[in-house]
Parts: sequence; structure tokens; C-alpha cells
Amino acid sequence: MAELLFWPALLLYGEAAVGYLGDVRRPGRAGRVATWGVRLGWLAQTALLAFQATRDDGFPWGTWASSLSLFVWLVVSAYLIWGCRRPYRLLGLVVMPLAFALLVAARVGGGTGNGSVSHYSNLFLVVHVGLVLAAFAGFTLAAALSGLYIWQERRLRTRPATILRRQMPALATLDSLALRTVAWSVPLLTLGAAVGLVRLVVRGERLDALIAVTVATWLVWCLYLGLRLLGGWTGRRAAYLALAGFALVVVVRLALPATHFA
Amino acid sequence: MTRIVLVGTSHHHAPIELREQVALDRDDAQALAARLAAGGRETVCLSTCNRTELYLAADDAEQAEHDAVAALAALGPEVEPALYRLQDGAAAYHLFRVAAGLDSLVPGEGEILGQVRVAHELGTIGPLLDRVFRQALHAGGKVRAQTAIGQSPASVSSAAAALAEQVFGSLEGRSILLLGAGKVSEQAARNLRSRGAEITLVANSKTERERIDEELAAVDVVIASTNAPGLVLDASGVAEALRLRRGRGLVLVDLAVPRDLDPAIGELDGCYLYDIDDLEQIVVETLSGRRREAERAEAIVAVEAEKFHEWHASLDVVPAIASLRARAEEIRAAELLKAESLLGRLDESQRRAVEAVTAQIVNKLLHLPTVRMKQAAAAADGVLYAETVRHLFGLGEDER
Repeated sequence: MAELLFWPALLLYGEAAVGYLGDVRRPGRAGRVATWGVRLGWLAQTALLAFQATRDDGFPWGTWASSLSLFVWLVVSAYLIWGCRRPYRLLGLVVMPLAFALLVAARVGGGTGNGSVSHYSNLFLVVHVGLVLAAFAGFTLAAALSGLYIWQERRLRTRPATILRRQMPALATLDSLALRTVAWSVPLLTLGAAVGLVRLVVRGERLDALIAVTVATWLVWCLYLGLRLLGGWTGRRAAYLALAGFALVVVVRLALPATHFA
Repeated sequence: MTRIVLVGTSHHHAPIELREQVALDRDDAQALAARLAAGGRETVCLSTCNRTELYLAADDAEQAEHDAVAALAALGPEVEPALYRLQDGAAAYHLFRVAAGLDSLVPGEGEILGQVRVAHELGTIGPLLDRVFRQALHAGGKVRAQTAIGQSPASVSSAAAALAEQVFGSLEGRSILLLGAGKVSEQAARNLRSRGAEITLVANSKTERERIDEELAAVDVVIASTNAPGLVLDASGVAEALRLRRGRGLVLVDLAVPRDLDPAIGELDGCYLYDIDDLEQIVVETLSGRRREAERAEAIVAVEAEKFHEWHASLDVVPAIASLRARAEEIRAAELLKAESLLGRLDESQRRAVEAVTAQIVNKLLHLPTVRMKQAAAAADGVLYAETVRHLFGLGEDER
């Protein structure tokens, strides 16, 4: 059953990534088909996660690979909030290839199969892993919005004749959406990380590299919020800072998890 | 059968000198439509700066066309050679293209759809023109929803406004500083104001420099079009103002030749500078984009026109179909009455069952002939089929 749900989800995400690429060349039908690919792929992945949860008698996020699969689902869920709107289709060109690649990585790591019962309690998984992953999904989306901001800002400054050919969100809208997304995500990361740290202290375990980089990530995003809300940072500077914060998210999600999940 | 007649002229056929002779305001257009509608005709008058067209639905198409030509010739005697005359499907197809903006000077311009809607509301409407205008409005709306034909700006002023929207989103409450007041800059300012922006200062050569610098730190859009021989704003002056703006973006539109705004302003963080060449290139590009989209729009209009043609042609056979069904129903009712006397009294449920079965038999028998007659009508054989059905089933013989 997991196989029957995984492949449609992967193929539909892949189709969406290709569709968004086609939409860049010629806006229109390819973008609409891609958006339907995201919606249907998301439904298939939702069913896959639900099936895994039923089978394992708990949420399927106890391993690095399974948590990666959940992370993909959260990123696509967050993208779907705006992605269906025409001006935001270009965001799909950033989000969907990433979702496709991460789902493949999750598959290779065994996180999209039938899985096994986690040795963590469900409550801990929901509060720690769930909140941290939701925050990371928010940061990913904020970074995608910031990337789109930088790209669109550059176009507005270089003034190509084709600048109005594609419907795009305004710079002010992208800037404000990125800020709002981060403002929601930072409290989630704070809570999720705090729960993990409390458990660490209670059990007398040691800090690992992933925890250290997660704290650094948290600091960067707090700095982002502080500079934006108190320091008056807007636009390009803030967008570059968001990308720096996202680079740390990538390290936490992909480069260091072995040290933590082991 | 009632025919559709169109008589009119447009920018394709008549220069402005002729078009202005037959251009009508809303009241006059309504009055003309009402006057031509005498004798039970349906009439709509569509009059814009680019076209004046009379749509009539009448049994006597020749007379309707003659009256429409006379009415327009009475407004401008020289306009008659520039009038086009279309009927039925061709007239409907033309209206669909007009509503979709495909017959406009700038392909895909959106104003025409509202003008067609107003003409429809003010016309003397009956079932035929109501149907053709509704379907034209539907086709126009569909073209705007399913293609990008109307999304890009078609003039320098609307390009400037669209670029400002790309930076700020909604322009509601945004402020504009006008440096000089040329015709093009007035158009650009009008375009921005129509989107909710407000002009805070119109500066000229007598305006104090401090006042301009003060506004520069506060406004969102600057439009420059003075006759000054040199630069009016340099990069260092704008950089000074930017310090007070706390990162807020500033859109500067330079419509003057020679330029009023230092090109180095475009290098400053948060400044988006466009000169007349930039805007003209954008307009040229978007117009070519509109022409590409027009191909898709033409396909949508053709489908809608075909649907209307099928509906209009089916009017030929509708009376015959109605008579055939009435005749069948009459026979069914009579036979049921006979059966009731033969079978004795039926209770209510039995009566309903027999009613349902016999009605179903009649419907099934008549379904295919009905469909075939409508198909034949669309293929122009409708009258022949209708006559054949009338003859075979003896429809209308009782009345003779």
C-alpha cells in the first residue's frame, strides 16, 4: 500500500517541477497542470503518511528519513497556501524540485516504506519533531519567498522589456509574506527545541553537532525578526539574511542528522 | 425566422473625422435604439470612440438594414460608404470579437466589455438580441479569464502604473510627486490615481528646492517631465532623501527628453528608475504578447460563436418540434383515456405507473428525431426537415 501511494506522490511532485519550468518559458497551461500536480501529489503523500501512522501505531517520524518525508509534506502544505495563486507559481519552481529531491532522499533512507514502531513516545515526537519540522518548513518557504524577492527586484532594476510578461507578486507583498512566515515559524522552533533540550538535560545526554547548529539557526532567525521589527530592515538585505538562515536549515536537515538520530 | 442585422463603422473603416459624426453618448444611443425598435424590432446601439454599431433583430432583414443605414447616414451623410453590413452568424461573430477586445485598436483592451454591457442594458432587447449579447459578454469574460491578453499595459502611462504596482502591490493611498506637468506625465498620474494613488505636489520651476526634497523623502512615486535642459534630480540629492525613507522603495519615472533624472539614481538601493525608452520597450513587448494571446482568444470566440449559431439555427425547427411533441402528447392522453375505460378503474399508484411508462415511450421515440432535427438545423437543412416532419405527422393540418 505504501508503494502504491509513494510513487504517485513522487511522480506528481516531479511533474509539478517540470510543469513550473514550462510555465517559465510560456506562462499558462503548464503552470495550471503543475499546480494540479502539487495538489494531487500532496493528497497522495497525505494518504501515505496516514497509512504509515496507522500501520506503525504512531506518527512515522522517528527516523531521519521518515522525518524528511514529513518535512517535505509540511513544505508542500505551506506552499499550497499561496502556490495555487497565479502570481506565486514561480515559487513552485523553487519548492517543487526541492520537494521531489528530498522525497527521493527520504525514500533512499527508507522513510517512505512501511516503517517500524518508533521507540520515542508519540507526545514527544509531536511536540519536538513536529514543531521543529513545521518551523523548518516555514523557514524554507520564507527563503523561497526571499529568493523570489531578490530575483524580481533584480529584474525591476535591470528593466528588461519582458518584465511585465509574467504576473508576479509585488516586492512589498513578498517582503511582508516572508516576515509573517518567519514570525510564525520562530515560536514553533523555540518551543520544539526547548522540549528537546529539556529531555536532553533530564536524561543527562550530551549535545551533538545537530543541536548546536539548530541553536545557531534559531539565533539567525531571531536576529532576522529583531532586525526587521526593531532595526527597520526590509527588502534585499532582509532577503539575503533569510537565505543565510535557510542555508543553516539545509545543514540541519541534510548534513548532520546522522549524529542526532543515531 | 427572426434575423440579426448589424450596420456600423469602426476605426478599421472610418477616420476620426467620420467616426465623430456618428459617435453618440448614452442617452442618444438609447434614444436611437428605441426609435429603430418601432414595429416590434429589437435594437441595440453600441457607440464608443472607436465604433458606432447598430444591432437589430427583425423578421424583415432588408428593411431593418435599410432603416439602420438611414439612421446613421442621418447623423453623418459622409459616413455611408464606410458602413459595414453583416447578418446572422457573421453579425454575432463580429459582436463576440468586439466584446473580447479582438476588434479593438489595442488588442484585448478591457474597456470595450463594459461598453458592450452598457449597450445591452440600454438597448430595446428581445429574446434574440438578449441571447446574442449575453453570449458575447460571456465570450468576452472567458477570453479575459483564460488568456493573458488583457493583463499587460498598452500605453506608456499604464506601463508606469503597472511597474509601480510591481513594487508596492496596491497603489491605494500611495503618494505621487509630479515634476513638471506635460501631457504624458498627466496621463501617467491619472493612471496612478485611478488605482488609488494621490498627487501630493505638482512642482514647477518656481517650486522651492527644499519643498521638493521634503516630498522626495515622503512620496512613493516620482513622475518627471519638465522642459529643463539639464538634470532636475541628481543621485546625491535622492541618496540624501533615501536616508529618511527607512528602506521604503521609491519608483521614479522619467518621461522627459532630455532626461530630468540622473541615470545613476537607478543604482541606488531601493530606487527603481524608468525612462521613456524603458517604458516604450515594455509597451512594444506587451503588445506583441497581446497579439500572441489573441490567437488563443480567437479560438475561444470561434467556439462561442459556433454555439450561438447552433442555438440560432435550432430556432428554425423549434416550432416543428413543439408541434410534434404536442401531437404525441395528445395521442398519448387519448389512448390512456381509452385504456382506462377498457381496464376498469385504476388506483392512484397504477395510474401514475401507466402515465410514467407511456410518457417514457413517447420521450424515447421522439428523442432521436428531436436531436436529428436540431443537428439538421445547424447544418442549414432545418427548414426542409421541419417541413418533412410536419407533412409526415400531419402537423398543423387540423388548423387549415
